[in-house]
Amino acid sequence: MRKPFDLNADYQPKDFKFRPAFKKKSAEIIANYPKGKQQSAVMGLLDLAQRQVAEDGAKADKPYGGWIPKAAMDHIAEVLDMPPMKVYEVATFYSMYNLAPVGKYLVQICGTSPCWLCGAGKIKKVCEDHLGIKLWDSTDDGLFTLMEVECLGACVNAPMVQINDDYYEDLNEELMIKILDDLKAGRKVSVGSQTGRKASMAASGPTTLMDEAKKAKVV
Amino acid sequence: MPKLTINGVEIEVEPGTSILQAAEEIGVEIPRFCYHDRLTVPANCRMCLVDLEGAPKPVASCAMACGDGMVVHTESPRAKKARQGVMEFLLINHPLDCPICDQGGECDLQDQAVAYGYDRSRYHETKRSVKDKELGPLVETVMTRCINCTRCVRFAEEIAGVDDIGQLHRGEDAEITTFIEKSIDSELSGNLVDVCPVGALTNKPYAYKARPWELKKTQSIDVHDAVGSNIRIDARGREVMRVMPRLNEAVNEEWIADKTRYALDGLAAGRLDRPYIRNGRTKKLEEASWSEALALAAKKIKAADAKSIAALVGDLADVEAVTALKDLMAKLGVPNMDCRVDGALYPTDNRAAYLFNTTIEGLEQADSIVLIGTNPRTEAAMINARIRKTWLAKRVKVAVLGEACDLNYPYTHLADNADGFAAADKFLKGSKSPVIIVGNAVYKRSDLSAVMAEVEKLCDKHKVVRKDWNGFNALHTAAGRVGALEIGFVPQKGGMDIAKIVKASADDKLDVIYLMGVDDADVISGLGKKTFKIYQGHHGDLGASHADIIFPAAAYSEKDASYMNTEGRLQRAHKAVSAPGEAKEDWAIIRALSDALDCALPYNDLYELRKSIRDNYAAMPQLDEITAAEWSGLGGKGKLTKAKFTADVDNFYMTNVICRASAVMRACSDAFVSGESNKLAAE
Repeated sequence: MRKPFDLNADYQPKDFKFRPAFKKKSAEIIANYPKGKQQSAVMGLLDLAQRQVAEDGAKADKPYGGWIPKAAMDHIAEVLDMPPMKVYEVATFYSMYNLAPVGKYLVQICGTSPCWLCGAGKIKKVCEDHLGIKLWDSTDDGLFTLMEVECLGACVNAPMVQINDDYYEDLNEELMIKILDDLKAGRKVSVGSQTGRKASMAASGPTTLMDEAKKAKVV
Repeated sequence: MPKLTINGVEIEVEPGTSILQAAEEIGVEIPRFCYHDRLTVPANCRMCLVDLEGAPKPVASCAMACGDGMVVHTESPRAKKARQGVMEFLLINHPLDCPICDQGGECDLQDQAVAYGYDRSRYHETKRSVKDKELGPLVETVMTRCINCTRCVRFAEEIAGVDDIGQLHRGEDAEITTFIEKSIDSELSGNLVDVCPVGALTNKPYAYKARPWELKKTQSIDVHDAVGSNIRIDARGREVMRVMPRLNEAVNEEWIADKTRYALDGLAAGRLDRPYIRNGRTKKLEEASWSEALALAAKKIKAADAKSIAALVGDLADVEAVTALKDLMAKLGVPNMDCRVDGALYPTDNRAAYLFNTTIEGLEQADSIVLIGTNPRTEAAMINARIRKTWLAKRVKVAVLGEACDLNYPYTHLADNADGFAAADKFLKGSKSPVIIVGNAVYKRSDLSAVMAEVEKLCDKHKVVRKDWNGFNALHTAAGRVGALEIGFVPQKGGMDIAKIVKASADDKLDVIYLMGVDDADVISGLGKKTFKIYQGHHGDLGASHADIIFPAAAYSEKDASYMNTEGRLQRAHKAVSAPGEAKEDWAIIRALSDALDCALPYNDLYELRKSIRDNYAAMPQLDEITAAEWSGLGGKGKLTKAKFTADVDNFYMTNVICRASAVMRACSDAFVSGESNKLAAE
């Protein structure tokens, strides 16, 4: 997926600095690596930057989600003493970094084979219809952005979507609409399987590892 | 040391040698795109796959180190099939535009497709297209042709030291870009064109002009700086189409500076193609025949007293021409001659004091380098590249005494002025192979002698010069200077030096001056009205515009000539194209003039002239060789001034008559030096 970005767009902030709390976290991440190898912290710091922006976005009048402005990449390059180009390379490579503003809730629909076989196509359509946007678009109120992604590794509980940091599994059209409505209204949403399934056991209940299942109190 | 078998041939190699390198040693060539001798190994093109016995899959030979007992087959059906697969994938998105591609005929992809490509495509989906990038006035991009080998990224990062290019996105979307769409501000950017194995990065001024098989290739030497980069001049008919680097490990490796590569359009512009004589009444230059011009020059020279004649040679003069002019002046009894026209007063009798003694290759042994009054990046880009290479390899310490400049490796800034010598002393402490590089600008200083005394102090204290090491270096900027110093084109007994010659002319005490390619503003504008000026050169620049007689001469691409670089390395350039109009080779003009003066020089062709040089200058090194200079100190005394040490070249793209006539160099100068690039980036 090509991540759209425009360096000269109006939405690009002029500058970016880590706030004290994030600065502390960035120091912790950098400390994970040997001295002189601080560049290895680039991925962690990009994630931090995205989270700091998300924090700002949650408080804004018109909310938005976490993304990484160019100023943030330049700031990270400076902090880690590496060429800005190297930071851009990493940021554009990984799909979890957003390089343009996204909605407060970033809905990533898994469209890879298992989810697709279990109805990801319907989930995608219901999201589009309910939110009134197409894939890769954001709603006008700044709450939702819709994306299709490749396998998120929760195939057993297909179909599924990821919204920000959480997985929502075992979806059908009604459940998907409910999640979107709840999020929009600010109600609490339960994460994980929406049908009450525990972990990734079979839909009809555990069929193997029964002792373990008992210990975990799922049967 | 690991011993392995490649295609049935047993070979023992140094540990760490890759299979690809080992194969090359026994003459087995393995196809490759991303691998380049002088760059890091990313192993991302997969074209160099070979069959390694015992390995489950074909391995990338560029990244696989040789192991003991390995058995490698480079041409087995499995290896061949693997490469065919790689080739098919590469061609999926590669456009079929070879007929209009400048790389056509010398394209790695094209050549290897002949060996490994299928004759038809099995791909029926849409091809991808990639937006072209703006890389400035020198490098043209057609990014759809890019096969993402990342050679350009690695070259820019490692050799040129600019981190502007990178590979963004991934998979099908991966593309090489500058991200912020800015021109590559590097004096080595032209080499990107050479490292690109396909036609994604091509030579912009040369775009759509010629095909490689139409070009006549001539080995030559670059004259735009004193490095003497080895070049190949590609010409079609009478026109120089492009300049390419030629491998010389000791000088330029396989790179050249942008000025070397791109100033060639200056060879066709503003040329002097026939003799001119200034009309006494109208004061205008008028076309003349060779015989008229020579006769008039001879008349003026004969009429003048030998003591009131002077001869100067400029920056681009070749050894043969300088010798001929010196011999002629000697015959006439003229003692006033000088080659140091920019006023850089190199000592004339102390070889070690005006050579780059460490040698360019020798810089790689250095462990600390002090740059005094020089910015090697603009004055000698290839020497700067070598310093950067040394820095990359072993983090050599570099210090700058002089104005802070933008170098592509970190350095300690000692001081702007002579106060920095104390700091330099501290900096060199404990250094085992110290190097001091003194820039051309230092030799123009009024306190040159005192500076040399300070430098000698450093040399003595830190064993900069000893039996097995000579760390003192003079960095010249003029291609012809060292050769002329070696020939001894300097004031003879009782003769005047450059400053005195100009002064004498200004005071109307000089009757005739012979200017061979002298266009320095300070000299030309300092000459008096009464001095009869004979200008011999190839461009209608400052010197010609003030001349009374103009002898049109051949430029470096139009003559067989020898040049001595800043190391004292004698190298030979060959004639690639004929000179325009009636222009003649420099030495031949002097020879003709000597006839007109009735004191014919004793050589009738270039071979006799070269033999005469061999006979008369025993110290002259053999071709492509360096004779180490005897060290006898630098000498010098006096009081240091407070003047700042500045670099000699402030505009890399405008240093001689050829660059000044070049539209491409003007565009570069506008884009990179006058700050136009910032404007472009903002738009």
